[in-house]
Amino acid sequence: MRDFDYQAPTSLADAVALLAKHNGSAKPLAGGTDLIDHVRCGRLEPDLLVDVKKIDELNVLELNDDGLRIGAAVPCRKVAQHAGIRERYSAIADSSGIIGGVQIQNRASIGGNLCNSGPAADSTPALVALGAVCVLSGPNGTRELPVEEFCTGPGKNALEPGELLVEFRFPGRPAHGGSHYRRFIPRNEMDIAVVGVGASVALDESGETFTAARVSLGAVAATPLFAEEASNALVGQPVNDDTVKAAAEAAKAIAKPIDDMRGTVDYRVHVTGVLVERVVKAAVTRARGEQLDYRPGH
Amino acid sequence: MPKRIVSCTINGTPTEFLCEPRWTLLEALRDGLDMTGTKEGCSNGNCGACTVLLNGESVVSCLVLAVECEGAELRTIEGVAEGSHLDEVQNAFLECAALQCGVCTPGFIVQAESLLDEIPEPTEDEIRFHLAGNLCRCTGYDKIVRAVQAAAEKRQTADA
Repeated sequence: MRDFDYQAPTSLADAVALLAKHNGSAKPLAGGTDLIDHVRCGRLEPDLLVDVKKIDELNVLELNDDGLRIGAAVPCRKVAQHAGIRERYSAIADSSGIIGGVQIQNRASIGGNLCNSGPAADSTPALVALGAVCVLSGPNGTRELPVEEFCTGPGKNALEPGELLVEFRFPGRPAHGGSHYRRFIPRNEMDIAVVGVGASVALDESGETFTAARVSLGAVAATPLFAEEASNALVGQPVNDDTVKAAAEAAKAIAKPIDDMRGTVDYRVHVTGVLVERVVKAAVTRARGEQLDYRPGH
Repeated sequence: MPKRIVSCTINGTPTEFLCEPRWTLLEALRDGLDMTGTKEGCSNGNCGACTVLLNGESVVSCLVLAVECEGAELRTIEGVAEGSHLDEVQNAFLECAALQCGVCTPGFIVQAESLLDEIPEPTEDEIRFHLAGNLCRCTGYDKIVRAVQAAAEKRQTADA
């Protein structure tokens, strides 16, 4: 493997200073499950890896009535197994539990998944559906950015030189809310999404009308997408097949996938519609406080 | 880059070793410490042959840098048996013929140990899901799943 130096600062200021000093030639290292492989195969050529796992701010995991905070270096498995997150922010637990196998989930972080900025990243649509905001820290201070504005192209994102993703902040959950993330893959597990869909919904007290909704798509464009039209197609409408179908059609309209070994354009657009229907209905089930019978791969 | 000293505990024994920052934990174990029980399969995180426990959690050692293990507690396949006394999972793999070429076996056994630590009586579904990150090109997995079931039963009987 390429020769590089390694540092493990314990303060956020030191990490940002290191990244800024080695502008472009330093890479933050969280779980390393993508980074180390990319360095090994020559796709990335860093001179310095800055291990960010010893920084308190990147390890925060806080859930209360006002919202949820997940540090950028928190491993996926911790998120997937957190009882409160599973119950109230189900979509991010759903996605964190299907990224790679257990060994990968024990290391890989949601922050790393987003910073890789892959169009098919599983956790990103879940973050978008739940309205998560990125907290970024850099030489010019701290700023916030909605997750749907973070990725700018395959492998490209809005991080400025020397800037580090610190944490995700999620708004509090509505009283009658539910969310879900699901992907289509031809295997049971350990695969990259052909299409991934996230949805978060809020219902009125009767559980029969959508009062809020956020639908998001993965693997059907150069970046994960917030499906605004599909979300708007749900809000204020009764919970029934027609409403959900209308949202699915609106989502299909913005899906601009590529042809590759995982699926053709037509196939992916079709699967987008099918998944939006299923994922919105699953989010409704959860919003009504009913048990969702969903096991990945079944 | 100059080598660093890493201090950690491996299978209960305090250990110090020298490594370059670019060495993976897998390289440090096999080439530095001559602990060749942990196998190299794909070296890109897909196959699970190099699975070890890092602070109690299973990881693929090909995607961990050795320098990240400063202060860590590691458990490898060498730490599963007690002397010449094989543990329940190892015995079950033998009795159920859950291996052929054997390259994937240390990874499967370490991963199965982590499963049984977490879920002592796993369903078949839980076994298959937990072992999804371990690939075997010989057995077809059914015998491996049966071995883990047998080991779980044995452990339950022993505990009762």
